Amino acid sequence: MAVRVGIDLVSVDAVRESIRNHGDRYLARIYTARELDDCRTAAGVDPELLGARFAAKEATLKVLRPGDDAIPWLAIEVRRDPQGWVELRLDGRAAALAAESGMTGMALSVTHEGGFASAVVVAELSSSGEPTEPMTRT
Amino acid sequence: MTDEIRKILTDHGRLPVDAGTLPADADLYQAGMTSHASVNVMLALEDHFDVEFPDRMLTRSVFESISSIEAALTELCGEAALP
Repeated sequence: MAVRVGIDLVSVDAVRESIRNHGDRYLARIYTARELDDCRTAAGVDPELLGARFAAKEATLKVLRPGDDAIPWLAIEVRRDPQGWVELRLDGRAAALAAESGMTGMALSVTHEGGFASAVVVAELSSSGEPTEPMTRT
Repeated sequence: MTDEIRKILTDHGRLPVDAGTLPADADLYQAGMTSHASVNVMLALEDHFDVEFPDRMLTRSVFESISSIEAALTELCGEAALP
């Protein structure tokens, strides 16, 4: 079985600074409405949870290997299951690139601690290496 | 425009080196700019130059050097000036 692995690390302070400097423009440009809902607490959007999602998007890009293709951040969505785990949903060019690369599934894990958030993405590739149907849900 | 880009990189790029003295074609990612910092740079550029980077420009190569950022801004500012 062939796989690809991507990992990323984000400073939570950097996320906090982005919210302070750019507010809703930063949030709306990077995170889907569903992601913002998942990250909302009584005190507002949680920078640690946002950082984990940004790391997940970057780890996914490392798996997709887009070269100089434009992949909007909103084309990669982290969905939180009520049980607590997270999944990826790809749209548009991100989903097309996954299919062109022969990806049959992706798994995501995120964590945050000590001022940093991190994510790991593992993608399974079809044994033939042939393109697959567009993968919009993993 | 180059000096304004350097100032924005200094303020928002979280670079471990002085953006004021970086060669215009130096690779900003190799110089230490993270992907998250590049988002802040993009938003600050949009604020300063009153433009919006379209999805097609959200590529690594657009933000990889001062000269590539300047080329993108020149294109965007040119589009904005069209009637």
